[in-house]
Amino acid sequence: MAAITEAVPVRPARPPRSIRSAALTTVLVLPASLWYIILLVLPLAIVVVMSFGLQGNHGSYAPGFTLDNYGSAFERLTPFTTSLWLSLAGTILCLLAALPIAYFIATRAGRRKSLFIVLLVVPFWTSFLIRTYAWLTILGPDGLGGFIGDSIGDPGFRILGTPAAVLLGVVYGYLPLMIFPIYVTLERMDRTLVEASKDLGAGRWSTFRQITLPIILPGLLTGSILVFIPLMGEYVIPAILGYGRVFLIGNQLVLQFLESRNWPEGAARAVVLILIMLVSVIFYLWFANRGRKTRDVSVI
Amino acid sequence: MSASAGPAVASGHPTVAGTADAKRLPKPRGERFGGLVEGWLRGHTLLIYLFLYIPIIVVVIFSFNATNRRVTDWQGFSLKWYASVLSDKVVQSALTNSFIVATSTAIISTVFGTMAALGLQRAPKWFQRPFEALTFVSIIVPEIVIALATLVFFSSSFDVINPIFGLKLKLGFPTIIAAHALFNISLVMLLVRARLSGMDRTHVEASYDLYGTPWRTFWQITFPQLLPAVVAGFLLSFTFSFDDYVITTFVSGAGSTTLPLYIFSTIRKGVTPATNAVAALMLLITLTILIVGQLVVARNARRASGRGAGVAQMITEQSA
Repeated sequence: MAAITEAVPVRPARPPRSIRSAALTTVLVLPASLWYIILLVLPLAIVVVMSFGLQGNHGSYAPGFTLDNYGSAFERLTPFTTSLWLSLAGTILCLLAALPIAYFIATRAGRRKSLFIVLLVVPFWTSFLIRTYAWLTILGPDGLGGFIGDSIGDPGFRILGTPAAVLLGVVYGYLPLMIFPIYVTLERMDRTLVEASKDLGAGRWSTFRQITLPIILPGLLTGSILVFIPLMGEYVIPAILGYGRVFLIGNQLVLQFLESRNWPEGAARAVVLILIMLVSVIFYLWFANRGRKTRDVSVI
Repeated sequence: MSASAGPAVASGHPTVAGTADAKRLPKPRGERFGGLVEGWLRGHTLLIYLFLYIPIIVVVIFSFNATNRRVTDWQGFSLKWYASVLSDKVVQSALTNSFIVATSTAIISTVFGTMAALGLQRAPKWFQRPFEALTFVSIIVPEIVIALATLVFFSSSFDVINPIFGLKLKLGFPTIIAAHALFNISLVMLLVRARLSGMDRTHVEASYDLYGTPWRTFWQITFPQLLPAVVAGFLLSFTFSFDDYVITTFVSGAGSTTLPLYIFSTIRKGVTPATNAVAALMLLITLTILIVGQLVVARNARRASGRGAGVAQMITEQSA
């Protein structure tokens, strides 16, 4: 004890370390910064430039300035509209499926909460590709597809290759991304508010609508954006479960970049996709801030 | 205290006792559908878990099918498809390639991501904001956009560099690893930052008071506390890289076919027991990593800070 109290006053003044400290900071952040600049900013900038460029002789790119690539992107809007409605439908289905289970785990699971969460993380962690692939057997002619076809007496009935199959795959793949943020907001929520509401004579439904829902709204929103944005660029699920017949932006980008090698046109479509994504993020941020204000009011 | 006693009485002290005891107490008015709602919540949860697990189980079961024809035509238990798949040269090389890519990606992402997290808290504000914005962008931009942008970048810069320096750079392992590392550096950085912000500073200050050098303080005090996040980051990056299809298919070259690329190409020819066996192997690998991670992280977290934090909890918290 005595040794420590004696030691404190004689703690030596450190030499000015500002330069060494700045150097260390630079070294620490340098690799990640290089990665961001070289493999994120630069490539995206090149894509934007290329989207105004011309198609080169042997497929790829020639410098120039034209808006034709955007013109043809807007001429064939089907992949965009298909992506948009599929992403919206997928997000809503995920929301409907996620809310009750997140609510159950947060409020009813008790001490087994972490077990429930681990059970959600396991499939989420295991190979996305394999989990999508797994539905081929289940929905195929020897599985559910054939079974339904037999029972309605239509041998030509198929699930695979239809939007329904893609939608199912989408909900299956993205559901955990919706459940986690909702669960976390429910978990952090002050439960006494619910009890207060019930004490004041409110029923289950009105308590949920007036207390719980406004509080967990940010979680619902985060989940929706986490599902919606990657869905807009989804390629694997429509390629496997939609047989490429359900044709999304992702499928078209793969086609244009890897097969037909029409890079400027593909770049224009990619830029449009980035813009859609930006708009949804801005909408999300705006809505989230608005939500925060109303939540403060409701607490007062 | 019966249901007819009116809201004022019915909603008195019993409900204050908390939701845990709710089942044993008489139900107040307006809770008539309580049982129904509880049942629905439970049923829904069960259905979702079945929904999540049945496909995985189906793949594993049918990978043991002895049949030579249709996958669902059960001909008895057999390991022959595993034997045939594991002796397949193409599968072997795809598996090796996947391990090379995933391990390199995980090492690069963990080291640089952790460094960035540590550096960022020392960096000035003007640097932090744009850096955080780029982290956000790298995570939120759809994978396919990153994939095609990286392809365009690599091929156009190779077109410029190769003639000038007389090189023959082309797409292959380095381009795959570099592209995978982008997302994963951000991921590791977020995990480590979350851990840093929840860290107890008193130990660090105590170490300085006891003449600990910054270097020793870091390795003896800070790093052990960060370890769970670092391990989780490493394993997550490994898994994401191991499983990635979209980026890999854009920036891979001849001879760098990974397991997901191989599986994707065989799926086009239809589902076979052999594909199921490869798929099951892939599930086994990713699951093993998850379990190892959960064990290591949970044990370390308890020892280092008392804050219970398995990999699962970290992922869950991170998503919010």
